[in-house]
Amino acid sequence: MYETNFHKASTAQDAAALLAKSDDGKILAGGQTLIPTMKQRLAAPSDLIDLSQVSALRGITITKRKKMGIMKAEGGETITIGAMTTHSEVAGDAELVKVCPVICQLAGNIGDPAVRHRGTIGGSVANNDPAADYPAALLALGATIHTNAREIAAADYFKGMFATALTDDEIITAVSFQAPAVAGYGKFPNPASRYAMAGVFVAKSVEGDVRVAVTGAGDNGVYRHAGLEAALSADWSAASVEAVEVSADGLMSDLHGNAAYRANLIKVMTKRALA
Amino acid sequence: MSEGIGARVLRKEDKRFITGKGRYTDDIVEDNQAYAAFVRSPHAHARIVSIDTTAAMKMEGVETVLMGPELVADGIGNIICGWGVTSKDGSPMNMGAWSALATEKVRYVGDAVAIVVADTKSLAKLAAESVVVTYEELPVVVGSVEALEKGAPQLHDNAPGNLIFDWEIGDLAPTDAALAAAAHVTELDITNNRLAPNPMEPRSAIATFNEAEDHYTLYTTSQNPHVARLVLSAFYNVAPEHKLRVIAPDVGGGFGSKIYIYPEEIACLWAAMKSGRSIKWTSDRTEAFLTDAHGRDHVSKAKIGFDKDGMIVGLKVETKANLGAYMSLFSSAVPTYLYATLLSGQYNIANIYCNVQAVYTNTVPVDAYRGAGRPEACYVIERIMETAAREMGVDPSELRAKNFVTSFPHQTPVIMAYDSGDFAANQKQAQDAADVAGFAVRKSEAATRGKLRGLGYSNYIEACGIAPSAAVGSLGAGVGLWESAEVRVNPVGTIEILTGSHSHGQGHETTFAQIVAERFDLPTENIQIVHGDTDKVQFGMGTYGSRSGAVGMSAIVKAMDKVEAKVKKIAAHVLEAGEDDIVIEGGAVKVAGTDKQMLWHEVGLAAYTAHNIPEGMEPGLKESAFYDPTNFTFPAGCYICEVEVDPETGVTEVVQFVASDDFGTIINPMIVEGQVHGGIAQGIGQAMFENVVYDDAGQQLSASYMDYTMPRADDLPNYSVHHSSTTCPGNPLGMKGCGEAGAIGSPPAVINAITDAIGNNNLSMPATPAAVWTALQDVSIKLAAE
Ligand SMILES: Cc1cc2nc3c(=O)[nH]c(=O)nc-3n(C[C@H](O)[C@H](O)[C@H](O)COP(=O)(O)OP(=O)(O)OC[C@H]3O[C@@H](n4cnc5c(N)ncnc54)[C@H](O)[C@@H]3O)c2cc1C
Repeated sequence: MYETNFHKASTAQDAAALLAKSDDGKILAGGQTLIPTMKQRLAAPSDLIDLSQVSALRGITITKRKKMGIMKAEGGETITIGAMTTHSEVAGDAELVKVCPVICQLAGNIGDPAVRHRGTIGGSVANNDPAADYPAALLALGATIHTNAREIAAADYFKGMFATALTDDEIITAVSFQAPAVAGYGKFPNPASRYAMAGVFVAKSVEGDVRVAVTGAGDNGVYRHAGLEAALSADWSAASVEAVEVSADGLMSDLHGNAAYRANLIKVMTKRALA
Repeated sequence: MSEGIGARVLRKEDKRFITGKGRYTDDIVEDNQAYAAFVRSPHAHARIVSIDTTAAMKMEGVETVLMGPELVADGIGNIICGWGVTSKDGSPMNMGAWSALATEKVRYVGDAVAIVVADTKSLAKLAAESVVVTYEELPVVVGSVEALEKGAPQLHDNAPGNLIFDWEIGDLAPTDAALAAAAHVTELDITNNRLAPNPMEPRSAIATFNEAEDHYTLYTTSQNPHVARLVLSAFYNVAPEHKLRVIAPDVGGGFGSKIYIYPEEIACLWAAMKSGRSIKWTSDRTEAFLTDAHGRDHVSKAKIGFDKDGMIVGLKVETKANLGAYMSLFSSAVPTYLYATLLSGQYNIANIYCNVQAVYTNTVPVDAYRGAGRPEACYVIERIMETAAREMGVDPSELRAKNFVTSFPHQTPVIMAYDSGDFAANQKQAQDAADVAGFAVRKSEAATRGKLRGLGYSNYIEACGIAPSAAVGSLGAGVGLWESAEVRVNPVGTIEILTGSHSHGQGHETTFAQIVAERFDLPTENIQIVHGDTDKVQFGMGTYGSRSGAVGMSAIVKAMDKVEAKVKKIAAHVLEAGEDDIVIEGGAVKVAGTDKQMLWHEVGLAAYTAHNIPEGMEPGLKESAFYDPTNFTFPAGCYICEVEVDPETGVTEVVQFVASDDFGTIINPMIVEGQVHGGIAQGIGQAMFENVVYDDAGQQLSASYMDYTMPRADDLPNYSVHHSSTTCPGNPLGMKGCGEAGAIGSPPAVINAITDAIGNNNLSMPATPAAVWTALQDVSIKLAAE
């Protein structure tokens, strides 16, 4: 690891100020991606600005949606997850599991216990690893990414492999989304890294919009699959998925599997996401 | 005796390991210690045009930067291969020069070009990065088949066509004739995938030169510190043998990769002398992938013939063995004498012929890795037996059984003389434990869940306890493969055993104490095992090839024989009885049938006070022995693997794994089971997960755990491990060895099970989900076409 200057931020504004002041500073969240990258000498930030003490960035709030005075039971609640909330906190949240169990399940299958206890949703979304799980969820759920400067719709946020709409000194503060009417996530873990080789998040909003987002398989990061969305909009069933031709074009080939295999996985994982 | 042979004594060494108090090389800090980092080639093949160290040398805290030409000028010798193999035309092997620091050319990514010594580890790395090496890139070849093709890039001038040797064993003409006359012939193309050894502790070294005493000390992660000292002095000229102490303290796993003396240890010792600093180097995980000797990497074509009754008439195998960019210490022996000599498997085969071409490529050197040659042999014979049975429509276990060797000794056509075994008993035990009879029911139940269930066998035999010195000498080995031991009974009766074997996970501190406890009827807590230090232990050939039991313990037994004889002489003298009437039991030395006795420690005291010992006897109670085995030992067994495949994804679950092993005498069943568990985990790892992958430019695509799949606990089943043993006639304890069997026997069982499940025999290791799914698509395409 190259030498670096370490700062502890107390608030998001404080962090933003430190970041702006630094030469080539980086936010440190759970460190599960950044620290290994630094240890391999592939990253050499001049400064690390640690968010672990910023308590305002941590936690989950659920706002119930009221409709004509009656609480709607089947989805629609607004869920806001602070950027520094760890995967294990998301996985184990007793209230969240009642309104959006799939996000808890997704978080509970990221990496291993050590990674889940340190890794954060903000770090994952900022990093936008092409095989990470959260990007598929946020894209399919039509989520909003909140930063210290603005709000960005997920559709405008994910810009391909490791690329996002964040500007250099922008800090993610939270993500929010509406609990879906129905949703599911099928993940096929890479045998070595256990990131997604193909992860498919299917969601139907309370308004009836269907989105299908695929991670791990595309050759340029997370994306929505039009064919699967059309099929599931018409008929939310495994049988309708079966009829979709998933092309291998634009999918990744690597030592773990070629594009044809990944195309197959997308279909199988979509069916399993519905189960 | 509750702690003697056969007792499940808990491992003495685990107290320090489990509490984090192990003392590994990197834990040790010497006075005036500096750190080394290596400048390594980023290219797989290139000419070094120039090296500019100016920036590095200017950095505050950088001690020195040293390069190949200076190393050569100082007379540091090239790295040797310790086993000469002769080609079939009688010519010696074509060995290219390997300097610890490259001089003109680099031949694989990671090849060391310079050593940088600095005050801190991080500074050393920074300085190494600032060394500017200008390379002229050369064309690259990574596969053994491609390297032998006409026009392939040449690695070494003295190995034309990249061919190191073209070796053969057995008789070609009779084998061809037998195959031509066979009623059935099965042919199979077989690839044995390249593996990275991945011991938990990476390699590490601390070299010190004490100028005042003109003496060197090297702490290093070695499986054989005396061999390291011998080679470092006799061949690399870094220090004379009597002026060099090599210590291998706690070592966290080796699997073969820590047998060899690598460029880093040589360079650290040399740089310690040049700089006057103690120098520590510890590999990181990426460096381990890039520089630890890899294992396997064979491409073979095999052909087996049967008569009309299903009896084997001949076996012919052609193998291309990728040895990487340079010949590592035992690299030549692995694909020859440790491989082709085991191709007879458990079977009576009158005619065997094998040809092996060893090849240079722009990859990490390949050498022994757990099993070393024997897994490759077992994979060939057990895959082709299962395939032949399927082709002939006979039960694979019956085809094997009718061809079993049943009388011993049995001379195979490929050197080995099997000394004992009961292969049918192992097969029966495994079949019963696996409930093979109930497989059909389990298969149809799995089908109702959409799963494809398959079952595969592997009846392995291997040769270990290596090895008779004269025999290996006649085959080209540069060393003898005996072992030495010393038994020191202290004046208070406690015992130190100094052994040339080295424990790096095997539990010697426990099992070696058990055989002493058994012999002298003492508690193991009174016995201390000392190993891993050339200043303490008289000599040793080290631990590999499952030799520490059969050879290392036999040396201890020989030394204990001498101690026992002296103890009896002293007791007979003091108790005024005949030597033959003396017995050792219950912590005492007694005159049988009387109440006359001396306590064990009283004998020790008598020996050291020497007030009353037989006339002419030397005082003291300490004996040493060298033991040279008379034959290899032959562990064997039957493994049965059952899998379930998810046809939608190709994901394979090992749902049952049964092992029935014949290890001869078992000292500690718990430790033996642990060795089998670990071996099978590595075997399943090879069969389903692990693979070193290079791209065409010679870059390793799998050089981290993000891409190199190590088997994990949730990938592995609960093993069902059994023993059905015959005593080994070749050594005093009747032991055969258990360290490698699991890794040798398991891969074919796994692949035979998966190919059974999917109905396609065309499947290579590792059987990843993608590979299995692809093989399944090929089956469905074939079915659709029919
Ligand atoms: C062994 C292992 C297995 C894993 N498996 C999976 C898996 O299966 N699925 C999966 O999705 N992920 C997986 N991960 C990644 C894990 O989820 C990480 O948590 C995530 O990639 C990064 O989160 P972090 O909090 O550790 O961020 P860090 O590593 O601290 O930061 C990552 C990057 O994001 C930036 N950053 C962090 N927080 C913010 C913020 N609030 N605003 C702006 N920028 C920010 C940092 O500057 C840095 O560039 C795995 C990681 C490991 C080590």
